[in-house]
Amino acid sequence: MINKVVSGAEEAIKDISDGATIMLGGFGLCGIPENCISALVNKKVKNLTCISNNAGVDDFGIGLMLKQRQVKKMISSYVGENAEFERQLLSGELEVDLIPQGTLATRCLAAGYGMPAIFTPAGVGTEIAEGKEVRNFNGKDYLMEYAFDADFAIVKAWKGDTAGNLIFRSTSRNFNPVMAMAGKITIAEVEELVEAGELDPDYIHTPGIYVHRIFQGKNYEKRIEQRTVRKAEI
Amino acid sequence: MFSKEEIAQRIAKEIKDGYYVNLGIGIPTLVANYIPKGINVVLQSENGLLGMGPFPFEGEEDADLINAGKQTITTLPGSSIFDSAMSFGMIRAQKVDLTILGAMEVSENGDIANWKIPGKMVKGMGGAMDLVASAKNIIVAMQHINKAGESKLLPKCTLPLTGIKCIKKIVTELAVLDILPEGGFKLLERAPGVSIEFIQQSTAGRLIVEGEIPEMRLD
Repeated sequence: MINKVVSGAEEAIKDISDGATIMLGGFGLCGIPENCISALVNKKVKNLTCISNNAGVDDFGIGLMLKQRQVKKMISSYVGENAEFERQLLSGELEVDLIPQGTLATRCLAAGYGMPAIFTPAGVGTEIAEGKEVRNFNGKDYLMEYAFDADFAIVKAWKGDTAGNLIFRSTSRNFNPVMAMAGKITIAEVEELVEAGELDPDYIHTPGIYVHRIFQGKNYEKRIEQRTVRKAEI
Repeated sequence: MFSKEEIAQRIAKEIKDGYYVNLGIGIPTLVANYIPKGINVVLQSENGLLGMGPFPFEGEEDADLINAGKQTITTLPGSSIFDSAMSFGMIRAQKVDLTILGAMEVSENGDIANWKIPGKMVKGMGGAMDLVASAKNIIVAMQHINKAGESKLLPKCTLPLTGIKCIKKIVTELAVLDILPEGGFKLLERAPGVSIEFIQQSTAGRLIVEGEIPEMRLD
């Protein structure tokens, strides 16, 4: 088996340099690659283009990179939770491409499946359709959207093995498997790293061929954005 | 006039046994509380879950298990988890029977605006554009008039559009309306105590009133 293990986040991101395009997995703060984000913050790499469904919150996730002005452009579907993001956007310091969530996911999928573009009805007739090719299939209009072209994809999984195979847990799966498939170089941080052979091949979500570097992360905070509970029944 | 809870309660009556339903943020989320007893409905959350259960008991929150509103939730027997591409795949392929979402404006030809106020609100469309472009059945929960008394049911939307010609049914604090294929808001029901005249003056788009208009019932 090809061994994909690196020592940690610092080594995993060592060749991410200024101007790189990176994908970051997660939905809100759920399933984000916390260790690699910290390492990118410490490395102070700049002018990044970040493809991620959300932009973190002011003091966590991608929000930490925004605060240091490391991000030149964000490609996201929803950024409502971040005041610093909104400030940089309205002042013109940050370039932002807001795209439909399904389009975002499927443009990742297309990259991982080796397809150059997709056709989706999302956004037909709206301002996001401006300048895009429209094709009619069976009486319905679709926009052509290109597969992403990202230098790096950084994902977070629950378990992984030394061969790079990944298993995700619960809804922290979200964008992680499709982004893992889409990076030219894919970095996976996992909560538990095991030897090849310890994970059942039938239960692998992302095959190791898509993963170039893997390490066991540490000190996961797993912050909850909206803690909602019900009272115990008495 | 209906409260937000009553709008949700009225919409819940449209949910049928065996439906897979996607609920948007805001009033649509409240619909889950009023799903008629004795029918089987599966709630889809577009971050990758079918079979969304209630909020967890205090102390049982799981940071890895949230809904599209980023709230901690639970699964149910028979739930399944998948990635974001598959989630929008099942939406695009019309496997989800009903989508319920909020709106800032709807036009008489079925256009909807709910994602952006230029210069003011910069949040993004999330999954709304995908949902309205693909869903076969969409119900909009919205305020008929804003705080200044201005109609949100318009001849043409003024805000950036989320989708075109896609809305067929609206439930507001004043009324239940269908949008006809040829255009126009057809009044179906009015909220208790609300007159047709008031609905007429609260609807900027073309309102079609034919025959007796019954009051909405919640039971």
